[in-house]
Amino acid sequence: MTRYLSPRDIDWTVLLIVLLICGVGVLQIYSATRETDYTSAWWKQIVYVAGGLFLMWLVMAVDYHSMLHYVPVLYIGSVAALLITYLVGEKAYGSRRWIPVGFGVHLQVSEFVKLVIILLVARYLTELRTDELEIREMLKLAGLVLIPTALVMKQPDLGTSLTYLAVLIACAFLAGLRWKYVAIIGIVTVVGLPISWQFLNEYQKGRIVSFMDPERDPQGKGYQLIQSQIAVGSGGMFGKGVTKGTQTQLRFLPVPHKDFIFSAFAEEHGFVGVTILLSLFFVLVMRIVQNAHTAPDRVGMYLCMGVAALLLFHILVNVGMVAGLMPVTGIPLPFMSFGGSSVWTFFLALGLVNNVRLRRFVN
Amino acid sequence: MIVPPADQNLEQQLSDKPPLRDDTRFAAGKIAIFQYATVVIFLFLISGFWRLQIQNPEFYGERAQQNSIKSVPIPGPRGRILDRDGRVIVDNHSSFSLLLARESAKDEHLRPIAQGLDLDYNDLVARVQRVRKQPKYVTATIKDELSPADLAFVDSHHDFFPEMVLIQTPRRLYPKNGTLAHVIGYTGEISEQELDAPEFAKYNQGDVVGKFGIEKQYNDTLMGVDGQRQVVVDNRGQVRQTLATIKAVEGKDLQLTIDLDLQTVAELAMDGKNGSVVALDPRSGEVLAMVSRPTFDPNKFAVRIKTKDWREIADNPEHPMLNRAIQAEQAPGSTFKPIVALAGLETGTIDDHWSVHCSGGVALYGKYQRCWWKPGHGTQSLHGGIVHSCDVYFYTLGAKLGIDNLAFYGDLVGFGQPTGIDLPHEKSGLMPSEKWKLRNYRTKWYAGETPSVAIGQGALIVTPLQLARAIGGIAVGGKWYQPHMVKKDLSQVKVSEWTLNPEHVKGVIDGMYGVVNEGGTGVRAALPHLEVCGKTGTAQLASNDYVKAAGLGHAMKDNAWFVGFAPRSAPEIVVVALFEHGEHGQFAAAIVRDVIKAHFDKKERLTQVQQNQTRTVAALRLGVPAGNSGLALPR
Repeated sequence: MTRYLSPRDIDWTVLLIVLLICGVGVLQIYSATRETDYTSAWWKQIVYVAGGLFLMWLVMAVDYHSMLHYVPVLYIGSVAALLITYLVGEKAYGSRRWIPVGFGVHLQVSEFVKLVIILLVARYLTELRTDELEIREMLKLAGLVLIPTALVMKQPDLGTSLTYLAVLIACAFLAGLRWKYVAIIGIVTVVGLPISWQFLNEYQKGRIVSFMDPERDPQGKGYQLIQSQIAVGSGGMFGKGVTKGTQTQLRFLPVPHKDFIFSAFAEEHGFVGVTILLSLFFVLVMRIVQNAHTAPDRVGMYLCMGVAALLLFHILVNVGMVAGLMPVTGIPLPFMSFGGSSVWTFFLALGLVNNVRLRRFVN
Repeated sequence: MIVPPADQNLEQQLSDKPPLRDDTRFAAGKIAIFQYATVVIFLFLISGFWRLQIQNPEFYGERAQQNSIKSVPIPGPRGRILDRDGRVIVDNHSSFSLLLARESAKDEHLRPIAQGLDLDYNDLVARVQRVRKQPKYVTATIKDELSPADLAFVDSHHDFFPEMVLIQTPRRLYPKNGTLAHVIGYTGEISEQELDAPEFAKYNQGDVVGKFGIEKQYNDTLMGVDGQRQVVVDNRGQVRQTLATIKAVEGKDLQLTIDLDLQTVAELAMDGKNGSVVALDPRSGEVLAMVSRPTFDPNKFAVRIKTKDWREIADNPEHPMLNRAIQAEQAPGSTFKPIVALAGLETGTIDDHWSVHCSGGVALYGKYQRCWWKPGHGTQSLHGGIVHSCDVYFYTLGAKLGIDNLAFYGDLVGFGQPTGIDLPHEKSGLMPSEKWKLRNYRTKWYAGETPSVAIGQGALIVTPLQLARAIGGIAVGGKWYQPHMVKKDLSQVKVSEWTLNPEHVKGVIDGMYGVVNEGGTGVRAALPHLEVCGKTGTAQLASNDYVKAAGLGHAMKDNAWFVGFAPRSAPEIVVVALFEHGEHGQFAAAIVRDVIKAHFDKKERLTQVQQNQTRTVAALRLGVPAGNSGLALPR
């Protein structure tokens, strides 16, 4: 079933927007890491982006239908890799997320698992071939997704594990989960929160408590939230200018080149910069949803929507955290935050979307 | 056997299962919902930034500044204290103080910090607690005078305890061996009680203020004004940039009237003795030297005295903190006699020739009063009475004068009232009078009490400074200048005058000359080529019989006094020595002699230097013919 694949059919808009966002990210990483131990981060990020583009091209080349055959292998491999991480992973910032693979490279397996979850959900829901999702099927699927979710939560990495659930819920909703069940899930979540509270770590509890009331312990748990809000707020309309943000430059802002990169950006570029950047992200998400519309089949649609949901969830949680609208959950901002695993994951996701787009014309 | 259907759709229609499909249209509505949700989410995010960046940028801008901009105090050094010739007595040296930036302080850090700096943990907590009411940017001083070991600790632990801020502070350096300790006093960190007092309202917690002596009296002059440096710091408290500096203002230097040369001699003369020496210039009231022994080391007080050192000083039965020159109130003994003599002459009660026969004692008002010289002085007139310090002469004179006259002249020379010297906590002494007796004891004055007052005993008590001022005033003919420690113009010095008959004054002064130069009680004060006048005093603390019986020995031995001035015709220095338990005035006379000698020796040396200079200048001016190179020396 060979077809003529034209590079013209790649979603150039999406690619252009993504490269713009990456450029802004590199600039911000450069500004935030001046006179620190991470001054080499900005050009490393350029290398990561270049690597990401290559990975995207690789993923585009393989028909996504054939990828679905490998879902069981990928799934089992992911769970195994997460287990290995749990056993031999390197501890940093209080959690065990990274596997050293040599040459000073550390892979964050949980990032790549996001893609496996998208593929898994897409295949599972497609194979049902129904317009409505039965609750039984839903629970089976949820069971499959919950295994890696629990493993990641155990690292502990609440943010990343929640992204899996976000993909699951978004796709299940598209697959025709009845409103009744959507409501039930909502209720269970609300009721389950106090129960799951018992299972949360001290630091996870602390983060939620400090989100509710950051001033309670301004030097402790609420510190990051307060500093981020100060950084954003003091940026004002037009920002303090590149490399002029005091919160960023004087390192009051925690990890301004990683999770809080948007905060550093907001401080230095102000509300105008924030609006422009958020618009870029908005167009990006909407373009990917558009690709879901034009997908030739359900698998393609699920894949695109999974990626869109993943992106949207990342943006909501990360940018919301920066603005003090969400609790601190350490997940990176797509394409901007420094880090190879994250950048590559999103370029691979982009590859999936383009893969679907290239094959949108059913013969 | 069922034939497999040719058409998939057909099978679906036949099955009771929902139809199997692979088209995406069914999800279109839900995708639209997803799109709406996306719009809502982005609006939600934008609204968050609107709230922070557009509605409250000032609030957050201010907080960003509070974060990064800190004020570090620059201490303004206290003024130096100089002697009358401009020599430095008290200077500052720089030392390191450790502050705690309370903005970034963590309670759990206090214990390791206390350990590292060898501080008491509870003490440290108390120090931090003391400033808790003030705004967070006010730092708490946690240790002064850091040792090299402390500095090493701070340096190596800055990463762990970023709240530690090191600043350089000028500290007081006082003379060694307690020289001038009572005059200069000391400084210390302002106390809680002082902070509440209105006169300290302008000072802040942690300020170092004068606590004693000149340091206290002239605190406002000496104290500098602290400056401030506004700096940009990063999250670890490291200074990245200095924004603005408010310069510290140095305190003003203070020039004392003290002559360090005289002071040194007086200190040496008092070495190993308890008591006091005061040297005044009777022509201006300038205090040239003031010694009080025993003394203390003010350097121990420089910031915060150790409890052990404080106990040592406070529990000392000899009260080293007492400035005996202005706070020791003792019976003047025979040093009062010149004043009694003057009173006799001035009131016309007696004249030069009025005389009394001394047989070793006299019965007055039904009580036999002994002379100190048991064999008796024989017949004595005024001159002999002063020279030999004959008690009988003055018992009789005192009885003749009555307490009112004695009190009037005692009051005239300044007894019973503070001299008003510019030192804190001066004592006023006591000049007994009828009124005083009535007011304090509700009984009338008995005439029998008068004779003992006339020989400087009884209820009469004076401070060494009062005595110096009194005798100095008589020596210059009736002008009592207010003693003062800080140089000022003569016209600004308070003076009390009383017209005295120069003949009468001469009679008294001649007597005092005789005390030193005519085989009187003060021969030890004599100096060659100088007419030193003076008067000894041996003041009883209790009756001699009682001392012997009680066996108190040294503690109750008589105080030795000597008051001397020189030269006779134009007095320029008056010196009082109080040698506690010195037994006899002649031992105090030697101390006074040393001080007077130092004064005139210095004067002569200076005159010689002056003369030499004048001579050289004169020689150069006269000049030698032009073209002759080299220095022309006088032949």
